[in-house]
Amino acid sequence: MNPATHAIRVGLNRGWIEFTNSLRSPQDLGFYFFTALGTLAYLFFNRHDDWEGLPYPSVVLPSILGALVAFGAYIGPMYSLAIEREDGTLLRAKAVPRGMTGYVTGQVLFQSLSALPLLVVIVVPSLFLFEIITERGMIAWLMVLGIAALGLLAVLPIGMIVGSLIKGPNKIGTWGMLPMVIMFGTSGIFYPLQELWEWVQVAVQLLPMYWLGLGMRSALLPADAAAAELGGSWRTLEMLGVLGAWAIIGLLLAPPVLRRVARRQSGSAVEAGRHEAMRRVQ
Amino acid sequence: MTTPAMARASRPAGAPDEDTVIDVRDLRMSYGTNQVLTGVNFTARRGEVLVLLGPNGAGKTTTIEILEGFRMRSAGQVGVLGADPAKAGEDWRARTGVVLQSWRDHGRWKVRTLLANLARHYEPYATPSRRRPYDVAELIEMVGLGEQATAKLSTLSGGQRRRLDVAIGIVGRPELLFLDEPTAGFDPHARRDFHDLVHRLSDLEDTTILLTTHDLDEAEKLADRVLILAGGQIVADGSADELARQVTRDAQVRWSRNGERYVHATPDATAFVRDLFAQYGDEVDDLEVRRATLEDTYITLVRSHETGHPDEAADAFAGLEVSDR
Repeated sequence: MNPATHAIRVGLNRGWIEFTNSLRSPQDLGFYFFTALGTLAYLFFNRHDDWEGLPYPSVVLPSILGALVAFGAYIGPMYSLAIEREDGTLLRAKAVPRGMTGYVTGQVLFQSLSALPLLVVIVVPSLFLFEIITERGMIAWLMVLGIAALGLLAVLPIGMIVGSLIKGPNKIGTWGMLPMVIMFGTSGIFYPLQELWEWVQVAVQLLPMYWLGLGMRSALLPADAAAAELGGSWRTLEMLGVLGAWAIIGLLLAPPVLRRVARRQSGSAVEAGRHEAMRRVQ
Repeated sequence: MTTPAMARASRPAGAPDEDTVIDVRDLRMSYGTNQVLTGVNFTARRGEVLVLLGPNGAGKTTTIEILEGFRMRSAGQVGVLGADPAKAGEDWRARTGVVLQSWRDHGRWKVRTLLANLARHYEPYATPSRRRPYDVAELIEMVGLGEQATAKLSTLSGGQRRRLDVAIGIVGRPELLFLDEPTAGFDPHARRDFHDLVHRLSDLEDTTILLTTHDLDEAEKLADRVLILAGGQIVADGSADELARQVTRDAQVRWSRNGERYVHATPDATAFVRDLFAQYGDEVDDLEVRRATLEDTYITLVRSHETGHPDEAADAFAGLEVSDR
């Protein structure tokens, strides 16, 4: 058997186990439940509003889905790497042959699968509670899945790289969250990009978050809603181009960054992390 | 790969052969201006159990991490299983085992699931003579975690977690196993089980084992050879008996006669006791003959280093012939 592809298979098994563990974890289920509850409550209280003849939930749901996928893909691996570097998970991976391949494969699968429950707990109740208009029906939802997959590939490596660079879990608050607040606040998901300064608009369009939201809107909203977007179009090619470019950059950049992090792992580094954690608790 | 027979034939006499698993020459390590290792030399042969002793901060962990390939050295030559650990690849990694001190990783995982997943990483590295990995169920029984096989790691006690650490360290049937203070936090029963496991690995599996400990009693029980690291160098290298005799060849003989207690130090305790009985016969009571223990040796050696006469102690042991067993 080829050792490299074998390690990827073991990593896929690892990711699947992480996912099933997560589905049994009260903590993670609580996260899904409250995120869904908050989102649905927001949509529910605004369900009678309308925008250019379309019901409000129908209009904002795509943007919300885009934001949640991007949010999960950024925050998930960032937390995992910052924490698992300190607690010795990474060192364990390093101590077995091709363990880092297995670890990274597992992370990618686990974090990707984690987006599914979140989409399901929001989309399924929405279909029953609200009037969600999709002109294309099933095809629209398949497009949502496809764009979500591409968005994951584009954003996951960013989360991994940021998580690798943060010095321990206590720094997540500043160095992990700050870029997130900036990236998401200006992503056009929470309010229209056109209202921001022009240089911000340019900067935001270089990042994947905006395009993920735009992609979701293009999948679910009627064609004439594109008039409200920048340039009055869904810019499908640009959307695929930017997300694809980020996915390629990330997949090229993440391995050397992760290797650098792994190289620094040793028993005494983990021991130092443990002392640091104990100190924080006290 | 050359066959073992060819490799043996092509080696000049005295050079490390394929039975040399660890070969460390003039290993140096400094952190900034702080020199931790100033020239460490030692070798280990296949199937040997080496125990590395030394005071806190002597560089035991640094040494072991360099050999594991987890830390870059400043200078010197290091050969582990015929390769430089700083550059060795995944095939080399598959032949080594590292027992890590975990504390909260994989908390959501079950014991058997984690061990099984890590075990699969070794599957491509099986050889006809070394089946890899271990059967997971068998290994779980072997380390005494049978009842915890489906327990989550977060529910394990400290001692149970250490047993799992050991299981993960040996799941790939390593030719060389590193253990850094493996029995810290073990109760006496777990410690006994662990010692049995170490004997089993070295006797049945021909595993070479390098471990550090602060428990001198444990070192005496496990070690084929003891290495004492002090002042950045190996200051003693030999079996526990050899080291003890190096510090003092005298044994202490204690006895009592007519209610009075006596102590006598002599290099030949057997002859002395024979004379004692010849002279006093039944009057001799409470007889006790005690040789220097590893603890006596260790304390003597480390103290001589700390009082600033490292050369003296190193000289005292320079004459020690380490038998090649």
